[in-house]
Amino acid sequence: MDATPSYLEQLIAGGLLLPTGVAGLYGRSQIFERVVEAIDALVTRTGGGDGAEVLRFPPGLSRRDFEDSEYLKSFPQLAGTVHSFCGDERAHREVLRCIEVGEDWTRDQAATDIVLTPAACYPVYPVLARRGALPEAGYLIDVQSYCFRHEPSLEPTRMQMFRMREYVRIGTPEQVTGFRALWLERGEALVRTLALPHIVDVANDPFFGRAGRVLADSQRVQKLKFELLIPVNSTAQPTACLSFNYHMDHFGQIWKLAGRDGATAHTACVGFGLERTALALFRHHGFEPAHWPSPVQSVLWPSA
Amino acid sequence: MEVDLRATLDRHGRLDVPAATLADDADLYAAGLDSLAIVNIMLAIEETFQVEFPDSLLSRQSFSSIASLERIIRQLQSESV
Repeated sequence: MDATPSYLEQLIAGGLLLPTGVAGLYGRSQIFERVVEAIDALVTRTGGGDGAEVLRFPPGLSRRDFEDSEYLKSFPQLAGTVHSFCGDERAHREVLRCIEVGEDWTRDQAATDIVLTPAACYPVYPVLARRGALPEAGYLIDVQSYCFRHEPSLEPTRMQMFRMREYVRIGTPEQVTGFRALWLERGEALVRTLALPHIVDVANDPFFGRAGRVLADSQRVQKLKFELLIPVNSTAQPTACLSFNYHMDHFGQIWKLAGRDGATAHTACVGFGLERTALALFRHHGFEPAHWPSPVQSVLWPSA
Repeated sequence: MEVDLRATLDRHGRLDVPAATLADDADLYAAGLDSLAIVNIMLAIEETFQVEFPDSLLSRQSFSSIASLERIIRQLQSESV
């Protein structure tokens, strides 16, 4: 048996992550949060001068918007819906009895109007679509949210609930592809200042099923998704910490986002996995931020 | 088969123009074929022509033209005989 503790075991032993008994669901220590906040603030210092509109949503989407988003077509396996008890007193007693004897108690749980946010930008599109035609300059949105993806894993970099910071661009194809090209440069420069080894590569989303293979191939051939990968759990399979996504007119069509000339809007987003980037820092610079290389500390905590 | 295939494309491809107006080698993506329509076309072809796409053919290239799809359907039908 391999006696070397896994990275997850080290993080838990070091007190950075607190286990809950569920793979991929962890508490975070004060030090961990301090690093997450510093990365979030660093992203703001990098992109804040662009004048993005800041929007924050709780980690839930309206079920109606979620259905319209077509997420279930591509990623049914990852979605998480919020259910709640909707029975009467008799059903309530049955729930308590089931828990008591260890039987399934969830039969009277019914879907609520809330679905857990799968990616931070999902609530943004329907909200902006309701404003009507896009302004000339399009939209640039700053969003951050806890997200949920049902993929239990023992790799600490694959959490089921995690935070994603994003800039989202909505506009003409030129505006949107220009935005993505800019952030590919900025993202790499940002990670370089954190002294983290990395590569940028074409990527695909984990589309469901056989048809998903076509979608994944299509996404790669068209270079719609790039990821910035950092070795965290292993060098052979580095972890995507940043992603740069061009959705073409996918969300524009779904939400009827269009300019004043009626042309369907294109969209793109850059996403920062806040926990993943923090885990990369802890992996490469150690568990004690006070001992990190001083240039890295100055980048993360410039006023300290 | 040509007629069936074009009818399938009309029904599921969400193309900008009727499939009858497209040459066999016309680029279906240029004609408006998008990723999610590909999924519906794949399932419809499998049902109509009683074939199953193997993983190796689940690519963007396979769905790029009517000629490509015809070639694949013929190949899969001949393999299953």
